[in-house]
Amino acid sequence: MALNKMFGAIRGRAPSQKLARISSQMQSPSSLRSFCAAAKEMTVRDALNSAIDEEMSADSKVYLMGEEVGEYQGAYKISKGLLQKFGPDRVLDTPITEAGFTGIGVGSAFYGLKPIVEFMTFNFAMQAIDHIINSAAKTNYMSAGQISVPIVFRGPNGAAAGVAAQHSQCFAAWYGSCPGLKVLSPYSAEDARGLLKAAIRDPDPVVFLENEILYGEAFPVSAEVLDPSFVLPIGKAKIEREGTDVTVTAFSKMVGYALKAAEILEKEGINVEVINLRSIRPLDRATINQSVRKTNRLVTVEEGWPQHGIGAEICTSVVEESFDYLDAPVERITGADVPMPYAANLERMAVPQIEDIVRAVKRACSRSARGK
Amino acid sequence: MWRGFTLQQFANQCYGNEYDLGKGRQMPVHYGSNELNYLTVSSPIATQVPQAVGAAYGLKMDKKDACAVTYFGDGGTSEGDFHAGMNFAAVLGAPVLFICRNNGWAISTPTSEQFRSDGVAIKGQAYGVRSIRVDGNDALAVYFAVKNARKMAVEEFRPILIEALTYRVGHHSTSDDSSKYRSVDEIEYWRTRRDPVARLRMFLQSNRWWDDENEDLLRQDLRTQMMSVLHNAESKKKPGLSNLFEDVYDVIPQNLKEQEQETQAIVGKYPKDYPSDVPLD
Repeated sequence: MALNKMFGAIRGRAPSQKLARISSQMQSPSSLRSFCAAAKEMTVRDALNSAIDEEMSADSKVYLMGEEVGEYQGAYKISKGLLQKFGPDRVLDTPITEAGFTGIGVGSAFYGLKPIVEFMTFNFAMQAIDHIINSAAKTNYMSAGQISVPIVFRGPNGAAAGVAAQHSQCFAAWYGSCPGLKVLSPYSAEDARGLLKAAIRDPDPVVFLENEILYGEAFPVSAEVLDPSFVLPIGKAKIEREGTDVTVTAFSKMVGYALKAAEILEKEGINVEVINLRSIRPLDRATINQSVRKTNRLVTVEEGWPQHGIGAEICTSVVEESFDYLDAPVERITGADVPMPYAANLERMAVPQIEDIVRAVKRACSRSARGK
Repeated sequence: MWRGFTLQQFANQCYGNEYDLGKGRQMPVHYGSNELNYLTVSSPIATQVPQAVGAAYGLKMDKKDACAVTYFGDGGTSEGDFHAGMNFAAVLGAPVLFICRNNGWAISTPTSEQFRSDGVAIKGQAYGVRSIRVDGNDALAVYFAVKNARKMAVEEFRPILIEALTYRVGHHSTSDDSSKYRSVDEIEYWRTRRDPVARLRMFLQSNRWWDDENEDLLRQDLRTQMMSVLHNAESKKKPGLSNLFEDVYDVIPQNLKEQEQETQAIVGKYPKDYPSDVPLD
């Protein structure tokens, strides 16, 4: 099953590359110049690695800490080469205590350092969640602005492949509800570089939700993206694909699924606008609402659980601000309301697939009866 | 107090008035001051232990002639954070002092129900942290223990654990009546026969550096000061409405600005529904 997904990803990559290249051109004139030359590609893994490398070089207060980030080069090789380059004072291999190293990271941020705390997955961050929320998120407020916490918590989030319940939870909704935190979730290599650099430079605590499956995926990157000064604004979503008939919101891996669903729907005459949220908190309500006012239909997509999820918040935002523009009820596509099973067939049923998104869009466009 | 936080500042924090450095955000006794390098007190128990290690690591990286110090009770040594913090401090060689006030009680839980180890000092040793047990009711013993510990921490880049043995004579808080779970005789014994302040006073008096007259004058003066600062603090205005929305982030986000404006409009429109001592600015 995982193999099929991989092949699907490879087959589907070429057209979405073109789309990504075209949409990135629409945003920056400098990348137009690079259109003629062969576009450089970069994996999300290398994007994250280069972002951390550049920020550590630029600011001696930035340091990385986590399990296996040093000698092992990172559990997912995100920190490859960093121990060799910056030394053990700035790349710390920690004992196995999430609560411990998170607390230490926060304490050092109180002092004035800028830690990047890596969790092997965000599931294990639950053992440290008191420090993330009570020590990091709330401290600037509780200290009346006297103590800021310029810390980044990063690591893989959500479902991977065959890792079951305790390794597959999506934490976007939990962290996204907490004032004092900023929560980001990249999709492409450009997202990964620009958002991680922004997160490291930000004086507020940032939860940076990556995706294990996307680490190995390569995306075209322009010269602008590769520049060490490249940074993306926090709180701005990206329109990955412009459309007129329906708005589909997604983040992280689901952006890729939404884009593939859009290609399928294009052949059936439905023109889909895909929004890559990039930022869960602050949520770019303006871009989402502007899009829905244009298309009049909304489908939200996420891998996490349905109750109190990201889609629930987006739906409410649109109902509050753009109710008169909706021509159909909002459709929510989410993971199943169960802990993630292990068996490959069950796992496939527990997370959204491209077909689910296609059917939801058709329901929103009233192309098929409700419930199909 | 020793660092320079004034009695008035303490009172302002307790009342959460407009002069509170914490802008009315924190419960009483959760004070803090950047100027005095004193981290704003946080409620979850023992979270300060790994935080202090982190701050100490920062001091070490900056090669400062300084250490971090953190305090907790006997109960705090049961928390996971205590163990994580101790372990890390030893591994990182962090210049930090862990001062445990073992006063025998965590609210109603006596130390015999808190742990079965030989007190707290041995826990430090288990993690490779040099530890000492000291009579917490002997002011001079504590002074010398901490002074030497600081020297070791700063010069040798290592953590030190100090277990100060004492007894909690008072109730845990104003919501507690500790006679419900311990004998009044026990409390009285420690209060009258083992009081550390009385012990220091008798030492000073026996050396003729202090006498009863000075004692009475000092007590009167302090009582007057306390009444005055509390009265002052109580009469001050509370922080303005904008303090509700500031400092969530470094820069106030647009949604909070809008909420603030909406709230000001509503409070302005229905003033009778809102407390009169909250300024609208």
